[in-house]
Amino acid sequence: MKNSAIQHLRVIRFTLQRLRNTPIASLLNILVIGIALSLPIGGYVLLKNVQGLAEQMAGTPQISAFLAMGTGPDEIARISKQLKDHAAVDHIEFVPRDLALKQLQLSTGLADVVGGLSQNPLPDAFIIYPIALDAQKLELLRDDLKSWPKFEHVQLDSAWAHKLEALLKFARLAVLILAAMLSFALVAITFNTIRLQILTQRDEIEVSKLIGATNGFIRRPFLYFGLIQGMLGGAAAWLIIASSLFLLNYSLAGLVQLYASSFTLKHLSLGDSLTLLGFSSYLGWLGAWLSVSQHLWQIEPK
Amino acid sequence: MIKFNQVYKRYPGGYEALKNLSFEIAEGEMVFLTGHSGAGKSTLLKLIAAIERPNSGSVVVKGQNTKSLKSGALPYLRRNLGLVFQDHKLLFDRNAFDNVMLPLQICGFDHRESAKRVRAALDKVGLLKREKANPIALSGGEQQRLCIARAIVNRPTILLADEPTGNLDAEYSGEIMHIFKSFHQVGVTLLISTHDEAVLRQFPARALALKHGELQT
Ligand SMILES: Nc1ncnc2c1ncn2[C@@H]1O[C@H](COP(=O)(O)OP(=O)(O)O)[C@@H](O)[C@H]1O
Ligand SMILES: [Mg+2]
Repeated sequence: MKNSAIQHLRVIRFTLQRLRNTPIASLLNILVIGIALSLPIGGYVLLKNVQGLAEQMAGTPQISAFLAMGTGPDEIARISKQLKDHAAVDHIEFVPRDLALKQLQLSTGLADVVGGLSQNPLPDAFIIYPIALDAQKLELLRDDLKSWPKFEHVQLDSAWAHKLEALLKFARLAVLILAAMLSFALVAITFNTIRLQILTQRDEIEVSKLIGATNGFIRRPFLYFGLIQGMLGGAAAWLIIASSLFLLNYSLAGLVQLYASSFTLKHLSLGDSLTLLGFSSYLGWLGAWLSVSQHLWQIEPK
Repeated sequence: MIKFNQVYKRYPGGYEALKNLSFEIAEGEMVFLTGHSGAGKSTLLKLIAAIERPNSGSVVVKGQNTKSLKSGALPYLRRNLGLVFQDHKLLFDRNAFDNVMLPLQICGFDHRESAKRVRAALDKVGLLKREKANPIALSGGEQQRLCIARAIVNRPTILLADEPTGNLDAEYSGEIMHIFKSFHQVGVTLLISTHDEAVLRQFPARALALKHGELQT
């Protein structure tokens, strides 16, 4: 067990040495992988940021339900209880028509106009805070409330957030397609690198087979090479995105100051960064594995 | 140790390199394999190392039939064999020491123990002083001896040598034959192909004579 761990360490050291022996080729390969990965991952980072911004601006979604004129206090109490018992409702707020008028006076600066009214035109209203926040469940609740006889008008206050959500969904799909395509490119790059390595090491592979090397032993250095090259490519993508964000934030700073906000683009979280490294390592390993399976058996000692 | 039973070997293209071979080599025996160029000596050795498989008949090495051997078991059979190739098959991207190290790396030996064994093997063939040299810088005789060092470093129970004294002058071939003799004395089974009459006269031992792929009696 300890012995095999030492063997693996030896292969890893040997692989790093091999990368160092051809610095230009290695660097170019890693950069190409890094750039390929940074496109979809960068898209993902931007989406995450836009989504965070949208949530921040949308606040908690709420539903306003306006009662029909002339609904009596008994009825209001009954509806209030029904709403509180509703499974999808977290809590509610009752806004009597007098209070609504006062708020309108205060908030809109229409004090004169409103004051001139002989009669309060506003209905009583409930503001309903739902438990679930996703668009679909919100709409379901709104439609349910609409069917209640005493509600004259029911309004979902986050319709624009819903539209944005649909747009983001589309953008996420685009990023996903891009990621799939460029992952394939990463696998292809590694496949080819390993193919060339196998060709140049034909003699060593042949002799090793002749003196009793198992297929696993012969495969191992190539698989590690793919894995490590993929991991370094992932790290390169991370750095490319980090420097892009730095530049974007720098130019964003001037823009944002106008609005006195402190909005900055955030990089991948620690978890996402590790996932990126793991994924790129896996793709490198996969490319190497495919290449080795394809080419190694062709080298049989004669 | 090695047993051939009615072995035929036909190469793609239809040429019959070996015809109806049956013989047995016991543990610890030293046997010469003789015959003209093209008689089938290399082919016979390749059958033992399972580099080639017989078209019919059976080749049994250390109790294992090479034809029914699983591909996963093949490397472990080969680790019992020391192979000295006609064309040496040395690696020119590393020095003499690392060439001899290769079989031990493959078997996963501890590094320090391996280094000791490599030096012992190089010493045995008289190349200890050249351990840092690239094989390309070695003479034909030295390359041959390096190939022998690589074949014995793993302490094989069977040593197969394909014309190890091939293109060497008498002094070198005598040296190499003495090295083989010393393995024979410690119980290694040896099969050495040669068409060198001088060697055969100097080292009397059992000989298998091939002629156009057939065993002469
Ligand atoms: N891979 C091969 N394909 C076709 N013919 C071969 C191959 N290897 C050897 N032969 C033929 O088989 C015969 C025996 O070859 P070999 O075993 O190398 O003889 P030796 O080693 O005694 O000189 C020769 O005629 C050779 O041309
Ligand atoms: Mg030959």
